Amino acid sequence: MREKSTTLYLGPQHPGITGNMMVKLQLEGDTIVKATTHVGYLHRAFEKLIERRNWMQTTTILCRFCVPEPDPPEAAFALAVEQIEGREVPERGKYLRSLVLELARLQSFMLWYAGQSGSTGLYTVGQWSVGDRNYVLDLFEELTGGRIYHMYIWPGGVRRDIPEGFEDKVLRTMDYIEKRIDDYDRMMFDSAIFQKRAQGVGIITKEKAMEWGVVGAPLRGCGIGHDVRKDNPYDAYDKLDFEMGIFEGGDVWARARVRQFEIRQTISMIRQLIQNLPSGDYLNKMPNPMKWTIPAGSAYGKVESVRGEFGFHVVSDGSDKPRRVHARGPAYVHGVSLLEDVLIGQNLADVSFIMNSLGVCPPEIER
Amino acid sequence: MSFFDLKGIVRPLIGLSQFGKNPHTKRLDVLGKDTADRYRGFHYNDLEACIGCGNCSTICMNGAIDMVELAAEFNISQAKGNSGLRPRVDYGRCCWCALCVDVCPTGSLNLTKEYNYVSPDPNTFLWTPGVDNPYGKDQLSFVSTKETSLMTFDRVPMRELDGTERVKSFAEVVLGYNEEEARAEASRCISCGLCTEVCPDHMHIPEYINAIARGNDQDALRIIYDNNPLPEMCGKVCTRRCEDVCAIAVRGEAVAIRWLKRYATEQAQTADLIQEIVNPEIKEANGYKVGIIGAGPSGLTAAYYLALRGFDVTVFEAKQFAGGMTMYGIPKYRLPMDSLNKQVSYLQKIGVKIKFNTRVGKEISFDEIYKNHDAVFIGIGFEKPWKLGIPGEDLENAIPAVEYLRMINDGESYDVGKKVVVIGGGNVAIDGARVAARHDADVTILYRRRVEDMPADWEEIEGAEDEHVHIHPQAIPIRIIADKSGKKVKAIEYLEAEMIAEEGGRPRPVPIEGSETIMEVDTVIGAIGQEADYSFLTEEYADKIEVNRGRIVTNAQQQTSDAKVFAGGDAVNKTADAISAIADGFRAVKSIEAFLMKK
Repeated sequence: MREKSTTLYLGPQHPGITGNMMVKLQLEGDTIVKATTHVGYLHRAFEKLIERRNWMQTTTILCRFCVPEPDPPEAAFALAVEQIEGREVPERGKYLRSLVLELARLQSFMLWYAGQSGSTGLYTVGQWSVGDRNYVLDLFEELTGGRIYHMYIWPGGVRRDIPEGFEDKVLRTMDYIEKRIDDYDRMMFDSAIFQKRAQGVGIITKEKAMEWGVVGAPLRGCGIGHDVRKDNPYDAYDKLDFEMGIFEGGDVWARARVRQFEIRQTISMIRQLIQNLPSGDYLNKMPNPMKWTIPAGSAYGKVESVRGEFGFHVVSDGSDKPRRVHARGPAYVHGVSLLEDVLIGQNLADVSFIMNSLGVCPPEIER
Repeated sequence: MSFFDLKGIVRPLIGLSQFGKNPHTKRLDVLGKDTADRYRGFHYNDLEACIGCGNCSTICMNGAIDMVELAAEFNISQAKGNSGLRPRVDYGRCCWCALCVDVCPTGSLNLTKEYNYVSPDPNTFLWTPGVDNPYGKDQLSFVSTKETSLMTFDRVPMRELDGTERVKSFAEVVLGYNEEEARAEASRCISCGLCTEVCPDHMHIPEYINAIARGNDQDALRIIYDNNPLPEMCGKVCTRRCEDVCAIAVRGEAVAIRWLKRYATEQAQTADLIQEIVNPEIKEANGYKVGIIGAGPSGLTAAYYLALRGFDVTVFEAKQFAGGMTMYGIPKYRLPMDSLNKQVSYLQKIGVKIKFNTRVGKEISFDEIYKNHDAVFIGIGFEKPWKLGIPGEDLENAIPAVEYLRMINDGESYDVGKKVVVIGGGNVAIDGARVAARHDADVTILYRRRVEDMPADWEEIEGAEDEHVHIHPQAIPIRIIADKSGKKVKAIEYLEAEMIAEEGGRPRPVPIEGSETIMEVDTVIGAIGQEADYSFLTEEYADKIEVNRGRIVTNAQQQTSDAKVFAGGDAVNKTADAISAIADGFRAVKSIEAFLMKK
């Protein structure tokens, strides 16, 4: 019997889609023969908005590039601006930046636990990890005043020093989360169902990964070790002891193992940062924001976000506003070109499962 | 691995360990949740502390903050340096980035812990912080401190000659900013424009500071010359009320507006260079003649802008040089002669004719000027000193400060001896004291009230102290004692005073009985005020031009009771400073033009 061909529109409003985008699926039975991504549902033209705001105002738009992990864009922009301006960052500022970036990574991993397990129907892990994630958000609230949008990393350092007793709260939260991750792992990684669903699904070959320019966990899940924190250390990363998670296979399982490994590395890094936090200034303050100009020039600042390398190419014409800011994030590659390719031949039920493993953030695609 | 892998089935049963436990997140509304001490919730604005500079509105990248005028019931001050406007936040646009907090120069705008607001009225998304949440002041969380603020509160220090060095000569004390210092200082400005409001001449302060900050010094000079033809003089000696209201000054040091103007003007070292940079448009001659009496700041201002507008302008000046009190009253260590002459010769290049050594009423009659011109501007200033009104002030070596300063500035010599007393607390008194200090004298200033009541510029008072001038506050002179010959000053007698609080006014000095003190002195310099000399007005004109309490009466357009005669400067306004005189001159230009062109 000939299988019926169906066209299915997945998204833009769908809990299985990581954000507001749509995938148009051509199905033979429940096997995908063609996938076309459609973006544009939350286009706000961040890059254009930035051109009309001064340097200081720009710092508060950046977090919107990726809601679940808003700090890497702030850090990448700050690095680029510092390169052009030659602005030094005080040592304490560097540590606090790395601390925030790792906390952001941690809470993003916890959100990923929810997405990855939830898309197999394993909701309990998601409820746990999202619940526990609130403790990390509490830390953000203490430190930056905001739970989701932190607007904390500024060119020259960070916006505020840590509040009293913060170090202790971080360490206690880490102890708690570390214990809980073991539970998540027993629930998710040890589960026969999850293993069955993840292994051999959504395979990216090494060659394809290199060809597409895949970064982050999907790349390390292909057995290729690349991490901006290791290769081009920024902020305090050159002083931290950590390892990349490199796993072979290129499937959802390998990518999950990378994250499973790295969430523990992150917790260890957060502890190191807190224990070795130097004293001194936290910000090399910029001049009055109304008159802040950056010398003409351009620079590329890049950081390792939880989805992979994230960078800004910042061009200044010497005025008080950026001439052009271009974002290079992993989501475009992972969420458009790679996704369209990887989905072919996969099962319909695995679409959101694969998407979750790739790290797709639509606002970043539609910058 | 197979589906029947026992481990894969049993281990996930860990989930049961959470069975029956309470959820560890609290529901926000019902249970309430304490926010962090730094939480960025709704805004709260201290309406009293806010000065309405609008910096919050400028920085808001969402355009969420409007500056609105609040009803009188909120008791919003509209005093000088306070725009009377207050921020109103559109919470449909606000993203709680709190940049508004970090750029608030006064620290009045802060965020609170409050984050939950429910209203059936959809229009309440517009909030006026402080009005809509007066209780917010007890919930402050994300606050503006001097440490976290993005404003730069410290002024770039001005380089000066050392106090002991400068009393040796009349070299200029203030050395001026160099380029790097000027850029840094200019970049502190937030362009709120409160200064423009309070400047008598409404100079375009944010605009020229902006030009300096961006490195366009020539633009800055052009902007400055738009309504001030003696900017270098103002850049050196202006009373700078603008700096008193500077938004940065609420928590820090005001932007050095005066020194920045000085920097912008000093780039043009010759009159030719000023002309080249400013390059003003001069209108074709319109055939009207305007006579100006007195080449002081008000007269020169009127002359310059009238000349630019095509009028035939002649200035009649009694003395050898133009500048009025700025030439003869201000010591050269504050305003060098070359600087003033350079600015005046630029005005002459533009077409202003100045007749020097022509005292009206002596070399030329007022009647002649009146009849030969289509309009007349009187800017005669206050050059006649007030009497001290105590016995002995006619003795030799008892001299009014303006007279003393005139002599020194004119190159004449006057021996003040070793010990000098200056009476008064204004800028003229300080000038007199500092000039005497430059002649090796031991100088004491006697002032009726406290030091903080002195009308003199605080920088001048500090400068005097640096030069070892002793200030004796709360001292009221009662007589000057003559020596044996009965001609020369030997000593001065004064009473100590105590300050008695006066209802509805400033404290009043009251002499303490029995506190008479005699101080041996060689010279007494009186500086308690000046007045105008109207002797040039013949009876016919004295009747026509109304003078009240020593000042010519004008309307808001500087027109006197004789429609053809306009007036400005010290002889008209009470503020008695150069910038008010310039403002008068500038206003008079517009009204003279309106008056003549309408005919």
